[in-house]
Parts: sequence; structure tokens; C-alpha cells
Amino acid sequence: MSEVSMTVNGRPARGRIEGRTLLVQFLRETLGLTGTHVGCDTSQCGACVVHVNGLAIKSCTMFAAEAEGATVDTIEGQAAPDGTLNIIQQAFQDYHGLQCGFCTPGMVMSTAALLKENPKPTEQEIRSYLKGNICRCTGYHNIVKAILAASGQDVTGIPGGIAAE
Amino acid sequence: MPKDSPSDHGGIGASPKRREDVRFLSGSGNYTDDINLRGQAYVHFLRSDMAHGRINGLDLSEAEEMPGVLRIFTGEDFKTAGSIPCGWQVTDRFGQPMQEPRHPILAETHVRHVGDPIAAIVAETLNQARDAAEAIIPDIEELPAVVDMQAALEDGAPKVHEDLTSNLCFDWGFVEDNKQAVDDAIRNATHVTTVNLINNRLVPNAMEPRVAIGDYNRGTGDYTLYTTSQNPHVIRLLMGAFVLNIPEHKLRVVAPDVGGGFGSKIYHYAEEAFCTFAAKALNRPVKWTCTRSEAFLSDAQGRDHVTKIELALDKDNNFTAVRTSTLANMGAYLSTFAPSIPTWLHGTLMAGNYKTPLVYVNVRAVFTNTIPVDAYRGAGRPEATYQLERVIDQAARELGVDPIALRRQNFVTEFPYQTPVAVEYDSGDFNRLIDKLEAQADLDGFDARRKKSESNGKLRGLGINCFIEACGIAPSNLVGQLGARAGLYESATVRVNATGGITVMTGSHSHGQGHETAFPQVVADMIGIDANMIEIVHGDTANTPMGMGTYGSRSIAVGGSAMVRATEKIIAKAKKIAGHMMEASDEDIELKDGKFTVAGTDKSLAWGDVTLAAYVPHNYPLDEVEPGLEETAFYDPNNFTYPAGAYACEVEVDPETGKVTIEKFTTADDFGNVVNPMIVDGQVHGGVAQGIGQAMLENCIYDADGQLLSASYMDYCMPRADDLPFIVVDHTNGTPCTHNPLGVKGCGEAGAIGSPPTVVNAVIDALQSGGHKVEHIDMPVTPVRVWAAMQDA
Amino acid sequence: MYSFEIERPATVEEAVKALRIEEAMPLAGGQTLIPTLKQRLAMPSVLVSLSGISAIRGICTDDAGRLCIGAGTTHAEIRDGASGFAGLSEMAANVGDPAVRNRGTIGGSLANNDPSACYPAAVLGSGATVMTDRREIAADDFFQGMFDTALEENEIITEVRFPVPSKSGYSKFEQPASRFALVGAFVAKFTDGVRVAITGASESGVFRWREAEEALAANFDAASIKNLSVPAEGMIGDLHGTPEYRAHLVAVMTRRAVRDAK
Repeated sequence: MSEVSMTVNGRPARGRIEGRTLLVQFLRETLGLTGTHVGCDTSQCGACVVHVNGLAIKSCTMFAAEAEGATVDTIEGQAAPDGTLNIIQQAFQDYHGLQCGFCTPGMVMSTAALLKENPKPTEQEIRSYLKGNICRCTGYHNIVKAILAASGQDVTGIPGGIAAE
Repeated sequence: MPKDSPSDHGGIGASPKRREDVRFLSGSGNYTDDINLRGQAYVHFLRSDMAHGRINGLDLSEAEEMPGVLRIFTGEDFKTAGSIPCGWQVTDRFGQPMQEPRHPILAETHVRHVGDPIAAIVAETLNQARDAAEAIIPDIEELPAVVDMQAALEDGAPKVHEDLTSNLCFDWGFVEDNKQAVDDAIRNATHVTTVNLINNRLVPNAMEPRVAIGDYNRGTGDYTLYTTSQNPHVIRLLMGAFVLNIPEHKLRVVAPDVGGGFGSKIYHYAEEAFCTFAAKALNRPVKWTCTRSEAFLSDAQGRDHVTKIELALDKDNNFTAVRTSTLANMGAYLSTFAPSIPTWLHGTLMAGNYKTPLVYVNVRAVFTNTIPVDAYRGAGRPEATYQLERVIDQAARELGVDPIALRRQNFVTEFPYQTPVAVEYDSGDFNRLIDKLEAQADLDGFDARRKKSESNGKLRGLGINCFIEACGIAPSNLVGQLGARAGLYESATVRVNATGGITVMTGSHSHGQGHETAFPQVVADMIGIDANMIEIVHGDTANTPMGMGTYGSRSIAVGGSAMVRATEKIIAKAKKIAGHMMEASDEDIELKDGKFTVAGTDKSLAWGDVTLAAYVPHNYPLDEVEPGLEETAFYDPNNFTYPAGAYACEVEVDPETGKVTIEKFTTADDFGNVVNPMIVDGQVHGGVAQGIGQAMLENCIYDADGQLLSASYMDYCMPRADDLPFIVVDHTNGTPCTHNPLGVKGCGEAGAIGSPPTVVNAVIDALQSGGHKVEHIDMPVTPVRVWAAMQDA
Repeated sequence: MYSFEIERPATVEEAVKALRIEEAMPLAGGQTLIPTLKQRLAMPSVLVSLSGISAIRGICTDDAGRLCIGAGTTHAEIRDGASGFAGLSEMAANVGDPAVRNRGTIGGSLANNDPSACYPAAVLGSGATVMTDRREIAADDFFQGMFDTALEENEIITEVRFPVPSKSGYSKFEQPASRFALVGAFVAKFTDGVRVAITGASESGVFRWREAEEALAANFDAASIKNLSVPAEGMIGDLHGTPEYRAHLVAVMTRRAVRDAK
């Protein structure tokens, strides 16, 4: 066991870990941040995506020890302190970009990374960027639409998919 | 009740923002794996790595001494427990019951599929449990496995269950009395089209893997099971009554936020019973979290039919008969609803949208050394639709007629319509659906789009499909006759609080469908109050009435109807109270926009005045009605509902690589009335994506020894965002269901039922347009399969 | 996972020293190794994490004009930093998915030498040199079959030096589930010749398609290889492609790589 410390959602966090402790285990089990999910064990589903030093990574495929001193951002830190959803979260709600909600934290975190790199992505760029985030519920239709909307693009021409009132 | 425009209350027809979203979007959902109980221990299941073997013994001595190990359980520990039950008994063509093997919680004498649990190691930590599992020395003698269904039925084939007479679970004929007439009609037909096809096995893959936590209170004798379930009451009944012998009043089952189900979380699984049992044995909570790799070996899988279908036509191209012969894979054990899927949920849909007078369906269900197969989104109906719509497409090609015209010519147009396969369609308008589809998909523009694709070196194809499904299961008395060992009603308790807010406790379960948003819309509309005054409670047997849960597109049709019935009782009682308060007869009381009025007067009371009186009964008709305002209803439908649809798909095939891309996908669905159009759109998107997944990407494959080859996302291809286009949906042409109070039909499965044949028909059309005489490619139409088919033709 | 310790050395020397511990294994980005550890398919006593060694991270150009990429450089960094080498940059841009590209490294990919990985094609296809803590290894000598390389026990890749071609391209046909290369073709045109490397296809791992190299050296145009093919014998056959299909794709993907080369 050793000690690890990092900054999570702007606050200092520390805890005892084993060498094999994954970052996602540290977040979920040590810090109680259960918004980050585990949907597979082959680094493909993306339910565990968080940001480490500003970059999207799969927290199930990084050891907690390697995040020593890092800045980590998770889904729990995305809304404003008063709970107001950020622009991406709000777009996901407005455009029904989630159903069961399990992949959603990873989707939101990947979207945040995408829009930082590419503030006005095309539909194809979004679809390509989401290669590492699997959703079983939505067919991605409303996720892609929500991301287009979150990036300030007009989505009125997109077929189907009623937005929330 | 349903109306043309959304109400002001966020009622029926409105699309309010989903309430569940805020917690899911901010990481504050409460999924089962997010729950940790004080003092919990962890279980790891040692699973068989061979498909078939005889257990001679398990040497636990070293493992039991490993650090942190609390106890290792084997099949011996469950000798007195019941078998994991099957909830449906099919009777075969000869009047005999199906063969039903014992399904132990942990393997007893044999292992019968890769992943069959052999031992359960409970330890202080999960790593300790896994370490100990490696120290168990199993003495298991490998036996020959049967994987292929045809081979499993041959004389002398190794038996999956040595105590059964063969690997044949049942040989089912439907409608058996029609068999001779169908044979005659096919023999005398002007034209018969035959297609042999495989409906590929799928892995449901809800994104949340299964989790179970058992808890036991020695002080009270109460058990609690937290589990990822679509139907906590069903688990309570099956596990309590049939497996562990725990009376329901001492067993609470909680299914909190559940991350998708698609059928795979209907069933009672061994791991649930194990954790509940072990919690008492160890006097500690016991938690199991499935990994994705383990899910591939332990979640019930879907589909897996091998079918021959023949369609007979007369000289005018009228369908005269359909005859099918199917092998349906059950896997190694009978999962909860497995026998009902290839029979009653499949055979009854073989008339499709067509007035074919004669239908005969034969299904032989087969045990193999593979993971059990049960319902997966659509369940039986995708299998029916796929074969029927493939053979119709092939018939149109053979006859040189337009595939849409051939379908239109044979459509059922008069309702109600009694099919030759038992079910009676109550409503529908298939021509109107395909009219809508033709316009919406711009089928007139297809030729121009094809030319454009060709100029880019691609082959373009158009696929059409029409389908009908039986949903909203189901009338209990009917399914009882068909072999169901359960009723299929749904329940709701509507609790009006003193200040007028309402809590609805429903037996339906939401795991992505948005019930917490859509269900209040119905009650809001009935009373005329804001939907935000209504809250839905679900997923906990301790605080909801006995309900059968969510599957088969039944929640709004059956659960919603129960809620309507309970709300009607509420309104009737509230009118009595209001009548008393306004000194009028309750027949003269009207309730509109949350206000009680007396007809012909200007007297009125607000909703809250009356609800308060119910709980503060000072001025109250105590001799006529009890205080309080809470009602429960159980709704048992008197027929299935029959959603229908017409879908169109355009694909491009890259002739150099065989890669297929979906260029355009258009749907026109009849869901009857629609409560929340936004949620319904989302259900169609997701269903279509799963259907496209089946058609193009997903395939669960075993080798000849029963080893699962597609055992992770590295080889089992889940649809990704870049595999799919935007999907054009429409459900504005609904014909209301005639027998439930909301006129709703259900929308959860349509997409998954309607899309696979649409895609395959489009691929075949594309290849034909390129001069390749390809008549059929089995799903998934992967690049290598398309390329190989082009080489051969 | 089995239990192990993690060491985080700051220099290559410290890393090499740490790797002398019995059953020690190097950890690069971990995008393949960590899933392998989860399946308990490896049992290291110590994982020596290379991610803290700043000296092996980054991209520069040496006096010979070669693009020198530190072994710990991630795919995302190579996509952005190798813009002068179109084929390499494009290849890196399409490895795995964005989150994987932020962790996975060129060194880790090469040391693993997965027969379906993209980097081996780029390295072999451009005739790069693999630098280690103790020597330099020519690409032609480095790859020795599926998951097998010339690396000795505990030898650490520190850098890869790429001669920059005048034109290059990488065309990948993705295995639909894993998104690894079912077949990937890397082509590079230099003043003194053309190199073509194929990944994903062969049971012997990445290989050079010499026949295509010769034809393209004469005329760097997809048309000049339109009648060439490779035999199906020795190609991988699995759930996603037969040997015949892979052999066919080798030709198709090579033509496309040439057609799209920049």
C-alpha cells in the first residue's frame, strides 16, 4: 500500500492504494465518486472516461498511482456548485441524449474533450470521436444531436428526435 | 383521453425534459454497484472453462486456507435449494410437456456450458476471492460437447443432460390442426418461394453489467436483495418461492437505477440466489459485480434460430400459405422465459401484416452446451418478421414484381382481423404506414441516388420491410392456457397526499424508458394538474404493489392502464368528497384543470381543497367514504397490443471491400396513441440501432468445442456512433389500440423487430443492382460475407 | 489483477535498474497491458512505469532530417507533432479512440508488436530506426513475428527515428469490433525507393510487400499495382476475415494508401 494524492474536481484528494488500484477504483471506492462507471474490461466502452490533466482518458485503464499529483475531473465536477447543469449536460437533457444513463458520464466527459479540441465539430467528426464510447440505448442519434447543439450549431434540420419542451 | 395537441399540464402528447436526467448527467445516479453495505464481503464465481464435463471432485483445501477467504460454496451446499425455475411450460405437437432439466445454482454433477458456475468463493476482498479461486483444484472430466443444433438432434449425439431422453426440449407445431391444409396449399401453389436462413445469436449487452448484493438481518429474519432487474417482484416470487423457500413478506428485492436491460435483466439468475443465500449463511452482506467478460459467459443470450420458410402464392400473387421449420437454441438450461420465445412470441406473428389464410409453424427447441438463450429486445418477433419479410422480398424478385406492391396487395385491411395463428389484431392501417414511408423516405428519388452512388463506384440498394408485433403482454388467462406459470397484469397505487401532490407506486420498472417522466403525464392529464405534482416510485418490492415489470413493450400499455384505473378510482372518490363539501350530488361534480365544479352552478373547489379534506376530514362524508385518498388497481389486458411499422433502408456497398454503410434509414410506426413523443423517438432510435447491429455487426459465435469466440468487445461488435446515420422516425399515423384506456400500443421493441430485414433486403438489392445474383446473406452482413458472396455470384 | 508494486522512475537508467527486479515488467501507456493484467494473463512483481521519464517523450528533428519521436510520446501527440509526415500523423490520428490516444504510446505499441497494430506498419514502412537504452535496431530487424520483437529482456525503447518520405499514406480497413487493423497498408515514397508495409494480415505479423514496392518505385501510382496480389497462404483467418479476404484487402488497402498519399 502506498499513498497517492491528486486534485479531483478542484479539491485535494488522497488515499491509500495498492499498485494494482485503478484510477476508477480510487474514484469510486476511495472517494465515493460513483458517477464514473465501469462497463467493460477491455478499454472499449468508455463509461469510465474522466479527464487527467485536461485530457480524456479511460480511468479503468490507468493506475491510480500514475495520477499522483494530477488534476482529475469527473462527471461530479461538471455542473455548477449550485447544481446548474453545464452547457453539454443541459444539451443532453434538452435533446434526450440519454436513456438508462449508464454510459452518460463517459459521453459527457468525452464531449467536453471533443469541444475543447474542436469547438464546432461536424456530425462525422462527432461520430468518429465517440468511437470509444458505447451506448446501447440511444442509437447515438440524440447524443450526436445534443453535441451539435451544445457546440452552438443549428440542429433544426436533423430528422426526427423531438427536443424536450 | 388522448388528444391532438399536448396539454398545458405537461400531460399526454407533451415532451417535457426527463426528470431522471439530472441525476444521471451529474453522476448522482444510484446503480446497484454504487451501493455498498457495511461489512459486505465479495463473491467471485469460479466458472467452467469447458463446455461439458463431469465433476469428479473439487479440492478446496488449499483455497480455503487463503487469506481473507470466508467460505467456499459448491453445488453440495445447494442440494436442498430449488432449481432455477423456468416460468413457461410449452406443450409439444403430441400433447406432451417439454423436457425440463434441473438448473442448479452451482453446478452439481456436470458443467454444461462455458461459464457454468462451479464454486463461489466469498472473501473479505474481491482480489482475495479471485486468488482463492485459482487455488481450487477441480477434477472435471471433459465430455464431448454439442454446439450445432442439427448435430445435437442426431441419434447418438452427446446429451447435454444425461437424465433427459435427448437434446430435444420440445417439437412444437402451430397451428397443428392446419398442418395438412398448409401442406396441400403449398403443393398446389402456382409459385413457392423458399428461403433458408439463420437468425444470429446475440449478446444483449446492457451497458451496466449485472450486480447482486444479498443482505440478511439476523434480528428480524428479513432478507434484502439489491439487483439489476427489470422486474423485482418477479425475482422475489421466483427466488423466494421456488429456489430459496423464503416467504415474500420476509424478502425485499430492490432494483434501483438500472443501466439498460433489453430482456437480459428479466430473468432470475443463479448469482442473485447465491448472494441472498450466502448473506444468511455468513451473516454478512455479499456483493457480486459482474465484469463484462463474465457477462458474456453468464447473461442469457438472444435469438439463435435456424429456419426454413416457404411462401406459397397463387397465380395472382396472393399469399396462400406460409410454412416454416425452425430449430431454436435453448442453450444448456431453460432460462426464465426461454420456451415462450420461439413459440408463442414467434409463431403467433407468422401471419405478419398479411391476410395469408394458412400458416403452419414448426419449432424444435434444442439443448446445446452453450449459454442459455432467452428474450432479447423483440424476442421471437424479430425472428418471425425477419423470415417472413426476407421470403416476401425474394418472392417479389422471383416473380419480377415490385416488393411494395406485392406487400400492399396482401395487406390485412379490415380490423379487427382474426389471423390463422390465434391472435386477433384490433387495429391498424398498413397502407397508411407505407404511404407515409414512401413520402418520408423519398422513394421516388431513389433511382437518382442510386445513380449518384454508382458514379462514386458504390452499389446502392433499397430495402423495405413491413411488420407487426404482439406487445403489451398479456391477458393472464390466455397466457395461462399457453403455458405461462405467471399472470401478466400490472399494478399501480396512486397515493394523493394531503396537499395535493401525488405519489404513484408502479409495478413497472424503468431502466432507460423514462417512466418517471412519462407516467406522470398520464395522471396529470386525467386530473388536470401540473405533471410536476406527480412522482413515480418503482423498483422496490417494499413500497410498490406486486407487479410483473418491464419487458415486451408493456409498460405504458399495461402499467399505464393500471395507473389510469387507479386514478379513475381516485377521481371517483374525490368527487364524492367534493360533492359533500359543495352540497351537491357527486354525479354533478366535474373535474377539469384541477378544479371541481358543480354542473350548472358557479360553485368550485380546488384540487388541493378536496385532497386536504380527505386527510383532515372535518367537513367530510365519513359515513359514506373513508378518509384518505389512495387507490390501487391491477390491470389485466384482454388482448395483446399490435404495434406495426413500415421501414426503409438505403445502403451503399463498397464492391472492392464488401463494406456496407447505411446511408438512410426511415421508419413509419403505428404505436397507437403516444404519451411522450420525445421518449418514443428515442426508443425507436435505440431499437433500430440494435436491429442494425444484428443485421450488420453483432454475432455470438462458439467453436465446435463450445468455446465462446466472441467473448469481449474486441470480437463482439457493438454498434458505435460511426456505424449509424441519423434515423428518420415518424409515429404520427397511429391507430389507437381499441382495448386499453390510453389507446397505446408500446414502442420499445419496434425498432429492433423492424430493422434487420430492412437492412438485409437493402444489401441484397444493392448486390443485385451490381449484377451479382446473390439471393441471401446471413446476418450479420459483414464485409467478408458480402465480399465472399460477390465472388461466388 | 495479481498484486504488484508500481515504480515510477524519472530516468531511463533508473527504469533499466528497476527492471532488473525479478518478474518486473515495463508499463508504457498500459492500453493493452492493463486489460491483459485484468484477465490475469500476466503476473509481474513490479510494473516499472515509463510515463514519468520526460527524456523519452516528445518529438524533434535531428541533423539528418529524421523525425525523432520519444518512445513515451502518445498517439495524440504524434498526430499533432508529426504533421510533416502525413502518413504517420494520419495513422496516429486513427489508432484506437481519443481516450486511448491520450495514454497509449508509440514505444508501448512497438514493444507489444500486436499483429493488428498500426505502428509496426508505419515503422517498417518508413524504414525507421528503433533506439533502445542500449542500441539501435533497424525496422527490418525489429519485428520478428506476432508479439515478437528483437528486444532483449528488460530492454527499453527510448526513441524511434523516422526518415521523412516525400509522400506517404496509411490506409486501414478496421476490424469492426476492436477497430484494430483487419488490414493496414503503409506506403512511403523516398528519393531512393518506395516501401510498403502491411499489418493485420499475416500470421507472421507486419511484413513488407516487396513486389508492390518495386512496381511503385517505377511509378508511384495505384494503377501500377492494380494487377498485383499476395497469396492467401499465411494470412490470418478469424471471425472477421478469411485468409483470402485479407489477401484481397492487402491489395485494395495498398492501392488506397498510394492513391491518398500526401
